[in-house]
Amino acid sequence: MYFDSFADFVAMGTHGPYVWSAYALTLIVVLANLGVILHQGRKVQATIRQKLRRQQLQEQDSYEP
Amino acid sequence: MQQRVNQAETKTATLWQWINNTFHRFGSPKYFYDLTGKLLPWCWAGVLLVLIPGLIWGLAFAPPDYYQGNSYRIIFIHVPAAGIAMMGYAVMAFAGIVTLVWRMKMADVIAKVVAPIGASFTFLCLVTGAIWGRPTWGTWWEWDARLTSMLILFFLYVSVMALRAAIEHPDVAARATAVLSIVGIVNLPIIRYSVNWWNTLHQPSSIRLTGSSLAPEMLYPLLACIVGFYFLFAVLVMLSARNEVLLREYRSAWVKKWLKP
Repeated sequence: MYFDSFADFVAMGTHGPYVWSAYALTLIVVLANLGVILHQGRKVQATIRQKLRRQQLQEQDSYEP
Repeated sequence: MQQRVNQAETKTATLWQWINNTFHRFGSPKYFYDLTGKLLPWCWAGVLLVLIPGLIWGLAFAPPDYYQGNSYRIIFIHVPAAGIAMMGYAVMAFAGIVTLVWRMKMADVIAKVVAPIGASFTFLCLVTGAIWGRPTWGTWWEWDARLTSMLILFFLYVSVMALRAAIEHPDVAARATAVLSIVGIVNLPIIRYSVNWWNTLHQPSSIRLTGSSLAPEMLYPLLACIVGFYFLFAVLVMLSARNEVLLREYRSAWVKKWLKP
């Protein structure tokens, strides 16, 4: 570890706010990307199931007059 | 002699065949889905074993910069983010060429999912650059060549996404966005060489094939972060592309296997 103490590490000389806000933003952007993609995944599953169900119902309808 | 020529010819023929087959296999959505399913755990491992240690190394163990102090530690996210922003655009434009020339449907899946991910890394690069610029140059923003061309890259990503969203017919949208992405390629060499062509506030690149100007204690964690960000990008693109493939191919029999009960 380069820093003498944890307080030093947080302070980063006088640059703490700059460094930590940049890293926090990175975390937010990455997690937001991941969150959106995982949410879309669930939505895709639901959409496909709905479409397939509708297809099935249509096929049944055409079978029985 | 004649025999040797024939042998060489067969070899090139087989190689060409292999390239051709691989290319066509990538065009198959099912093959793509199976392949990314196998690759994803390895890329996640790359994120955990390369990116996270690299960031901790850069934040806590690398020495501070002689001139910039600790603010330079932003380099460990700023430079990889810039790399992803440009590489992502190149991927999107290349996928656009494949869409136009070979009409491969997988290429458009990639082009579609790379756009928002690339845009978010471009945004990250711009904002971390601004945060770094404040203590280093005394300003958040300057209309210099490197910064302006990077901002244009962000606008290019956004306009590609907007164009796709504006066109209802998926095939037309695929071709229109492909053309726009390909035209935007001219911006990539401008970004790359802007620090050499113009007198800019932005420092020239520190990593070069012929001797880097960074000390090894800073260079190694930076390289780890760059490789780690590529893994992260791969994870995001593959996850997102898998969603898109399922949605586009829901009529195929193989998709049913992937429907969660």
